[in-house]
Formats: sequence, structure tokens, C-alpha cells
Amino acid sequence: MTANLHLIPLLPLLGAAFSLLFGKRLGKNVVTLVTCGAVAAAALVTLQMTFILHHDLPPGGALVDTFFEAPWMKAGDLNLSAGLWFDALTAVMCCVVTVIGFLIHVYASAYMEHDENYTRFFAYLNLFMGAMLILVLGDSMPVTFVGWEGVGLCSYLLIGFWFDKDANATAGRKAFVVNRIGDFGFLLAMFLIFYHTGTLKYSELASHIDGLHNILWLGLPVACFAGLLVLVGATGKSAQIPLYVWLPDAMAGPTPVSALIHAATMVTAGVYVTSRLHVVYEAYPQALAWIAGIGALTALFAATIGFAQRDLKKVLAYSTISQLGFMFVAVGSYVNGSSNYASGVFHLMTHAFFKAGLFLGAGSVMHAMENEGDIMKMGGLRKHLPHTHATFLIYCLAIAGIFPLAGFWSKDAILGGAFAAQWDVKNAGPVAAWFAMHAGKIIYGVMLTAAGCTAFYMFRLYYLVFHGKFRGTHEQEHHLHESPARMTVVLWCLAIGTILSGFLGVPESILPESLHHFGDLLGEWLKPVVGVQLHEESAGQFLGFAFVATAVSVAGIGSAYIFFLKDDGVRAKNFVATFPRLYRVVFNKYYVDEFYNAVVVRPLRGLSRILWKFFDEIIIDKLFVGGTAAIVNGFGKSVKYLQNGDAQRYVVGVLVGMALILRVSTHYSAAHAAQFHVDQDGHAVTAVPQNDAYTTNVRFKVEWGDGQESDADSAHPRGLKHQYASSGTYKIRLETTDSRWQTTASRSETVVVR
Amino acid sequence: MILTILTFLPIAGALCLLFIPREEEGLHRGIALGTALATFFWSLRLLPDFDTGGFNHVVDSEWVPKLGIHYHMGVDGISLWLVMLTTFLMPIVLLSTYSSITKKVREFMVAVLVLEAGMIGTFLALDMFLFYVFWEIMLIPMYFIIGIWGGDRRLYAAIKFVLYTMVGSLLMIVAILYLYVKHHELTQVWSFDYFALSKVALGRHEELYCFLAFALAFCIKVPLFPFHTWLPDAHVEAPTAGSVLLAAVMLKFGTYGLLRYAIPLFPHAFVVCAPYLATLSVIGIIYGSLVAFAQTDIKKMIAYSSVAHLAFVVLGLAMWNAKSVDGAVYQMLAHGISTGGLFLCIGALYERRHTRKLDEYGGIATIMPRFFAIFLIITLASVGLPALSGFVGEFLILLGSFTASKSWAAAGLPLMVPHHTTLYAFLATTGVILSAVYMLYLFQRVMFGPLSNARNRDLKDLSAREVVIFIPMVVMAFWLGIYPSTFLTGIDPAVQRTIAEFKAKQEASGDVAKIVHVTETGR
Repeated sequence: MTANLHLIPLLPLLGAAFSLLFGKRLGKNVVTLVTCGAVAAAALVTLQMTFILHHDLPPGGALVDTFFEAPWMKAGDLNLSAGLWFDALTAVMCCVVTVIGFLIHVYASAYMEHDENYTRFFAYLNLFMGAMLILVLGDSMPVTFVGWEGVGLCSYLLIGFWFDKDANATAGRKAFVVNRIGDFGFLLAMFLIFYHTGTLKYSELASHIDGLHNILWLGLPVACFAGLLVLVGATGKSAQIPLYVWLPDAMAGPTPVSALIHAATMVTAGVYVTSRLHVVYEAYPQALAWIAGIGALTALFAATIGFAQRDLKKVLAYSTISQLGFMFVAVGSYVNGSSNYASGVFHLMTHAFFKAGLFLGAGSVMHAMENEGDIMKMGGLRKHLPHTHATFLIYCLAIAGIFPLAGFWSKDAILGGAFAAQWDVKNAGPVAAWFAMHAGKIIYGVMLTAAGCTAFYMFRLYYLVFHGKFRGTHEQEHHLHESPARMTVVLWCLAIGTILSGFLGVPESILPESLHHFGDLLGEWLKPVVGVQLHEESAGQFLGFAFVATAVSVAGIGSAYIFFLKDDGVRAKNFVATFPRLYRVVFNKYYVDEFYNAVVVRPLRGLSRILWKFFDEIIIDKLFVGGTAAIVNGFGKSVKYLQNGDAQRYVVGVLVGMALILRVSTHYSAAHAAQFHVDQDGHAVTAVPQNDAYTTNVRFKVEWGDGQESDADSAHPRGLKHQYASSGTYKIRLETTDSRWQTTASRSETVVVR
Repeated sequence: MILTILTFLPIAGALCLLFIPREEEGLHRGIALGTALATFFWSLRLLPDFDTGGFNHVVDSEWVPKLGIHYHMGVDGISLWLVMLTTFLMPIVLLSTYSSITKKVREFMVAVLVLEAGMIGTFLALDMFLFYVFWEIMLIPMYFIIGIWGGDRRLYAAIKFVLYTMVGSLLMIVAILYLYVKHHELTQVWSFDYFALSKVALGRHEELYCFLAFALAFCIKVPLFPFHTWLPDAHVEAPTAGSVLLAAVMLKFGTYGLLRYAIPLFPHAFVVCAPYLATLSVIGIIYGSLVAFAQTDIKKMIAYSSVAHLAFVVLGLAMWNAKSVDGAVYQMLAHGISTGGLFLCIGALYERRHTRKLDEYGGIATIMPRFFAIFLIITLASVGLPALSGFVGEFLILLGSFTASKSWAAAGLPLMVPHHTTLYAFLATTGVILSAVYMLYLFQRVMFGPLSNARNRDLKDLSAREVVIFIPMVVMAFWLGIYPSTFLTGIDPAVQRTIAEFKAKQEASGDVAKIVHVTETGR
């Protein structure tokens, strides 16, 4: 069914264009009205579309639309339209993006009020919304890619928004370049999928998937490579190992940007795209094991880095990386023909609420602290910022996975899925087979640990910021104040979302019979698009998982309390004093940035300098080009000496030259003339010399192979003809004699006369 | 008649300039700009009712009957947009010289207008002698533009530019003459006509030599690695207008020549050489990008980026399937807009600060917000961001290359391993990462960071005239990126026709030279 889907991304894009072109002249209020209005309108259209989708279409239906009637790119057998596609998955993504986007716009209008580049900021934010909505609405990989790169651009612009500091600009550039490495994978995935299926449209992929299934590369189905290449793209955008390094640096941007782009929306694009391309993964489920593995590794790794960071936003950044790892695990948890995509999307949604809230809360704290971000200089803020504190606590409890907040339900769905995961392996060795059966349990263990770590570092943050004694300067303390209403209202909205959104994923099994149709709402909604959600577990299983997970979380919270709040955090200080090295390694994020610098960045720089200074300037320009010039020059100079006016020498030169020419032009005549081919017309056969130019002055003799011979003089023969008496195979031998040089040559050909 | 007027209108303008006293600089500028605008508007007449099936507005009359030289011109879907690019850029370039060219204004205007005529003629010529004449006509004004209005080492750069190009074009004329003689030998008719000569299918060896002669001329012009070292020098020394025309239009003659002449005329030789062309282009993409990254001179950086971008085009041609060749033609247009725009941007900076050293800049975004917006858009277009000009061409080229194995097998191209064209595409795609690396580095070093250099504090933002220069570029950058249909509807049929004729000729030709009949389109 066609619908006005293009309005959804177009409205914010127009808002961006409008504010960039006229915003400065019309003033802040107009800009606020236009940009927030555009997002609000996009949200309303989204809700309307979702309603239509739910109400007017059967499950699994989708709304479609295009930007242009004409094909977007038509070249050879490629025929792409700029099409949009709105199904259940798109609906969830669009709702999250527009609703949270709108709230963050409202928050930012207060947060950025005194920034002199207010207009530019809001234009970028709207541009981002447009790009993000194109990303989730695109009906084919290239259209998605337009949004994919578009959000990367906005991220670049907004990280480096305060570009007069070089570090900010560098952080933006790093984000863009690292994302481009991911885009490299995404592009190749597109090419590969097109190569073997002939289409890039999501809706057509399922019916063309055989190409990915059946064709092998290096003994593996192409789907494996396609899946892993998409994963490369996803690790870039969603900040997973090994491409996560840009996200912590991205905190250089204004805080609303961190909330919107680097927590709630853009970074989830990897999760979205892998879910969207589920048919590719289902063609080769082992690729999903990679996703789950990378997700688990990232979740734990980033969580441990969060233990030692001192910057409020950096902690949240590593927390985001870790939580995205959770979503990757969900997407990768495969069993019985489908993966746990729905839980990934579920966590994506709940995380969008509480992580956006955490960032905005952090913004509110930093607003009060005059942009101080070091949590060691905070403390006891709970009295001064009551709303911020209350909401922040809700978010912290949610991310720690405490009942009944959203994080509890979504994290639990992921853990349960991971535990049950079993990847299909056909023709695998015993090790791989064992791994496919049991890796799920290992991943479950890792994730449980990561969840405990999450509770620990989040509550470390919470205690250090809101409890204890204030550790900043007097001036800061004097200045402390709660943020304006526009900000706190948004914080409360997100807190409500954090409380309620979890109820979209309550497992059916624990609900009483009468409430069953409220069970697993999101999973049911997504089922026609991405397949069944895994956790068809019994109430008992669910309670068991929930109990273990909650116990781990509470333990995490408890240890955070013991370490950082009880006795003024003396235990944490002691710990650092006892293991200074360990602390330093974690504090310096395991030196991964330094490692990349030494292994990738600096060698690249060195290589480019060598290529330029040595290869380009010396080898090519001096040796290759200059050498040619020198030879020409040298030739000219030596010829100059020959031309000295001595007539005798000229005569000798002419004679020698003539002799040389004569020899070269005639000496090889016999050999050249002997080359021939055979034209055949029944029993009449002609031997035709190939090199006409050499046939003068040469005698030809042909033995036809049937005892007969032909002769020809130097007179130009257009071939020697012979009529065979009977059929058979004959060997023709042509001999040439050049009487001038007494040279002979011969060649043979075989003919079959029928 | 449309094409004749289009080609010679700039010459008429140049002639007018000769009758106006040297002192009337304003008048010279005005007339030159007026001529360029008139040429542009005239070129718009090509668009309505354009028949994508073959050549349009063909003129064919005898020029030197005894030698079989014709005045034969026509425009198809491939040359159409390249001609439009030329006429579109010319007024912009002339407008940009109002402040940068202050000595010998009349001579400069004449040179630019003659150059325009040469460029348009080269794209339109369908007689190979005529093509060669226009090809050489282009060379002379560019030599003067670099040699007279250039920087400190302008003479060195100008001579290097001419020598390089001459080496190639001399070999090319030899090959043209060889074809010409062969055609006479086979048909007893003297003709330089493109269609007549394309019917000559040479024997294997002679074909290879002729192809190499043509290809060398064109590869130097592109410039393809390792024939590229004239380009950085020429760009650095040329005045802004020269750099823009050089990068945006003149380099395209190399790739246009490959597509129009070298490849279709000598199909077998192309089949032999395509892997080498592809290899050199992949090297060019990576090498050009890396060397660009090391530069400290802004213009040199962009010159090397051109080496990389045009290597994409050659890769698309070498892969020889509809997608990749469409992409190659598209990339020619996109590169014209983005790199032309980049040189204009650098020109605007140079006029203010008279230096091209990267170290001298920093923090410009704070004081030149308008310039910031424009430079950003054009930089991103060059990086190949979707919805801007650079993306479509790169995407089609890479997609076409990745999937080229099938078309290579169909064309009889040698496949070392079943998917080795995919390997080319894989390596070439790293260019996507590298272009972001050096372009954003450049952008940051110029625009971002603190305004630490005192001499940059008083820079003025773009004037109204400069904004007028840039707006069309920005509009085209978006247009090419958002709505490629406009251009591809013309390009795709022409490319498919070229490929079909290539195939027909390839199948018809054999070991010995003969006349073959490829399809009759275009007549």
C-alpha cells in the first residue's frame, strides 16, 4: 500500500535547509519552532503510519513509497528506485527515532540556549533526523546507505561542533574515518549480495536468496561473506570491537548530540541493519555466531573500561558500547531457523529511553557544574538537583536490570536467548559442532558478568555524582542549581518511557491466562518481519533466569556501594593503591588507541610520505621520466658530434647505413615468406603466403604430400593451387629459397581433404 | 548547425576581443563572460528532444576532400553531458578570474575562449583528423595559461605539461594514420571518418600496437599511474582558472578518448590490455590517495586526489560492462564539479592569503562561515558522500567492477581466477576509506582548530560575486547526487550501444585486417 512515507524524512530535512538558509536572520525562536515542529510533525506522521499499518494491513504487510517516480539509478541490469518501506520493524525504529528525537530537540533548545551557533546546531540535528529516518525507511540497501552515510556525516559535524578546539575536530574526523571503514564492509556486502541475487531490495531478497546459499567461495557459501561484511559495517556504526574506538572520543560533541546520536539512534543502526538482512544470515547461521561473539566480547570489554573512567560522559559512552554488545548478542542468538532479533530490537528501544535519559541527565549535571565532567569533582548533587537525581536513579536501576524497569525485561530476553542459542552447523568438525551447541552457554556466562559489571560501574557513577560530599570548588558549589523546566520535563518523560517500555516485552508465560494478549507485544508485532522470538520459555525458566540476573545486578550495586560510598570510598582508593598497574591499564582503556596508532595510523602516514618523497619524486619523476628525457638529450648530444662537416665520414655513414638497411630488409625474406596458411575448397587447396611483402625475390616450392610438387618463381604468387585426386590427410610442406643470401626456410601444415 | 555554432561561438568572442583596445579590461572581461554565457545557453538547446539512441545534430561536410578529411560532428549521450559540463563551468571560471587575473587580461580571455572551443570540438568531433586538430588546439592555450599566468615555477610546469601530452599525441597520430592507410588499402577510399575507421578490424598484432599508441596518449592525459607526475606540477603552478579547467574538463579527454576511440576501435587489444589497465587504476586509486595524504601543499593534495578519482574512471572503463562504464562517465561529470569546485575554493583562499601551505591555515571556519558551508559541501562531494555528486559514479563503478567477472568472461577477457575482478573492486573500495582520510584531514587543517595564525584574523568572507560562482557548483553537486536519472537516461543507452558495437566488432574481426560491419547506429 502506498502512503506518504517520504514526508517522514523530508520534514526534518526541510527544517534543516530552512534553518541553514534563513535561520540567522529569523532568530532563535523561529528556528526552535521550525526544527522542533518538523520533528514533531515527522513523529505524528510516523504514528499515523504505524496506526495504518496496524489497523488496515494484515500482519507482515508494509507501506511503500518512493521519493521519485523515475528510477533513481538505472544502469545496465541495475534498476534502483529511491523507495521507502514501512513494516513492523521500521515502525518501531521510526517511533523510537522520532519520539526520542523530539524530546531531545526540546531539551536541547534549553541546553544550547546560549550557544552562539544555535541555528547551526539545530540545523544539524534536523539533518541528522532526516538521514536517520532515511536509514530506517530505505527499501533497499543503497537507500539505507544514503541514510547510513548521512548520519555519519551529521555525527562528524556535531562531534566537531565546537571546532575551534582541535581535539573536537579530530574526534569528529576519527569518527568519520572509522565509520568509513565500516562503510567499506557495507559497500562490499551490497556488491556481493547484488552479484549473487541480482537485487538489493529487502523485500526481494528472500526469494533470491538461493544465489547466496548455493554458490561457494573458498568452500563457504557466499552468504557467510555477505553476513560478515554487513557485520563489519555494523561494528563501525554500532561501535563494536574492533571499530568501537571512535565512540568515546565522540563525547566531545554537545551532550544532546551524545544522547540522540551516540546513544539512542545512530549507533543502533548496526543492530537494525543486521535484523533487516536476517534472510542473509539465515542462509548461513554461523555468521550469526560471529555477531554474538563480537557482541559478548564487546559487552564485557567495554564494561570493564567503564570501571575506571573519570569523565561522566566517557563512562556513559563505554556503557553504550557495552549495551550495544548486548543487542548484538541478541541478534546473533540463533536457534531453530531464527534468531533473537526481536529481543535485540526490544533492548534497542528500552536502551534508547534510559541511555538518552542518562546522557541528558549528565548534561543537566554538567549544566549545573559549569561544564565540569570529572566525576571525582562532583558528589552530593542529589540535594541540589532533585529532578535530575530522581530520574537518573531510575535510569541507573533500569540499565542495571532491576524489576520492573525496562532494562530488566529486555536484558532478560537477551540472556535467555543467548542461553538457548544453538547455531546450525552442517559438515562441521567435532570442535565446531561442540562449540555450536555450547557457545550459547558461554556467551550467557559472559553476558551475566557484563550485566554485573554494568550495575557496578553505573552505581559507581551514581554514588560518586549524587552522594557523598561535594568535591568541587566553592564557586561551583555556589553555582549549583536544578536545570530549567524544559530540561527536567524531558528527563521525566524519558523516565516514564523507561518504566513503561519494558512492558512491551513481558513474556506470555508469566502472565495469568486472562492477560495473555498483553504478553510479548513487541515480539508478536515483529514476528511477521524478523521471525519468532526465542524465549518460549516456561514461567519457571523465566523466573530462574530473572532471579540469577537480579542477584548479579544487586551484587554489582552492592559492591559499588561498598567500594565507592561506604566510608567515603576508602576501599576504592585502597584498591587502586594496591594494584596501580592494573588501574592504569584500565584507566588508559587497555591502550587500544595507542595500539591502533602504532599499527595503523603511523605506518600509513609513514608509507604515504615514503611513496611521495621516494617513489613519486625520485623513482617516477627523476628516474623514469627524467631518465627518458636524459636519453633523448644524450642522443641529441652524441648525434651532434657526428654532424661535424667531414664529408668522408658522411659517405662512410651513408654506405654503412645502406648496407644495414639492405641486410635487415632482405636477409630474413625466406623465413618470413615461408609462413603460409591453407585455403580449402573441396579437393582444391591453396597455400597462401601470409607475408606478401617478402615474396619477391624468393622461390617457392610446395610438396603437397601426395607425391606432387609445385614451383613458383619470385613472381608474386597469390597462392599456389593444387587439386587433390582423392580424400585423405596430407602434409603440405612449403620451402622458400632466397638466392641472394642463399637462405632457405620451410614450414609445414596438415590438411584434411574430404 | 547547432554544434558548429556551439563550437565556434567562443572563437567569435575571442576574435571580438582582438578588436578592442588592450586598456579596456572591463570590456574584455564582460565580452568573454558574455560569450561563455551565450555558449552555455546555446548548449542548452542540445537537451530538448535528445535522441539517446545515437548521435544528434550531426553535421558532415567535406573539409579537405582529397585527403578524405571531413568536418563531421555529432553528440551522443556520452559527449552530451561532458559538453554541458564544459559550457557550464566556463562562465564560472571567467567570473572567478575577475580578481585573480590582473595582468594581460585580453590575452587571458582569448586563451580561455580558444580553449573552450578546442574542448567542445574535441568532444564533438566524429572525424579523427578533426578530433586531432581540436585535441592539439586545446594544448596551446593551456600552455600559455600555465606559462604566463602561473606561479613561480610556471615555465617548468608548462613545458612538462606540453612535452608529456605531445609524446602521447604523436604516437596517437601515427596510429590514426595507420588506420587511415589501412582503411584505404581495404576499401580504396581515403577517409578519417570515425564510423568508417571503426569498421576497420585490424589483425591482432597491428591492433595491439595501435591500441597502445592511443591508450598511452589517453593514459597520460588522464593521468593514469605512473604517467601522472606532470599533473601535480601543472596544477600547482597554474592559476586557479587553469587548474579548474585542467581538472574539471581536460583530464576527461583521456578517459573520454579511451571510451570513444581506443577501446571500441581495437577490441581485441583492449581485451589483452584490460587487466593491466585495471591493475594500474587500482594502484592509482590507492597510491594517489596515500600520496595526497602526505602533501603539505593544498593544491598538490587535490591534484593527487584527482589521480585517485580518475583512476576510478579508468577502472570502470577497464571492467567494460554497462554499470561500470555508466559509472565511469558519471564519475567524469562528478569529478568535474567536485574537483573544479575544490580548486575554486582553494583559489578563493589563495587570493586572500597568497599561500597554499596547509600550515598557514587553521580556524578559517570561524571567520568565513559562508565559505565554510560551501567548502564543506564540495569536500563531501569529493569524498563521495551519498546524495552528493561523488557517490553515484563510485558506486556504479565499484558495483560494476565487483560483478564484472561475468561480463569479462562474456567479452573473452582473461580471468586468472574466477572472481579476480572482484579482487580489483575490493582493493578499489579501500579508496572510499582513504579519500575520507585525506580530504577530512585537509578540511580540518584549513577550517577547524583555533585561529592561531595572526595573518588569518582579518580574512573576509566570500563576496557576493564569489557566492554567485559557487552556488551553481553546489546545486550541481546536489543534483548529480540526488537525481542521477537526469544524466543516466542519456548516458546508459549510449554506453550500452558502445558496448554492443564493441562486441559486434570483436566477434567479426580475426587474424587478418578486414572491414567489418558493426551496427549502423549513429549514422
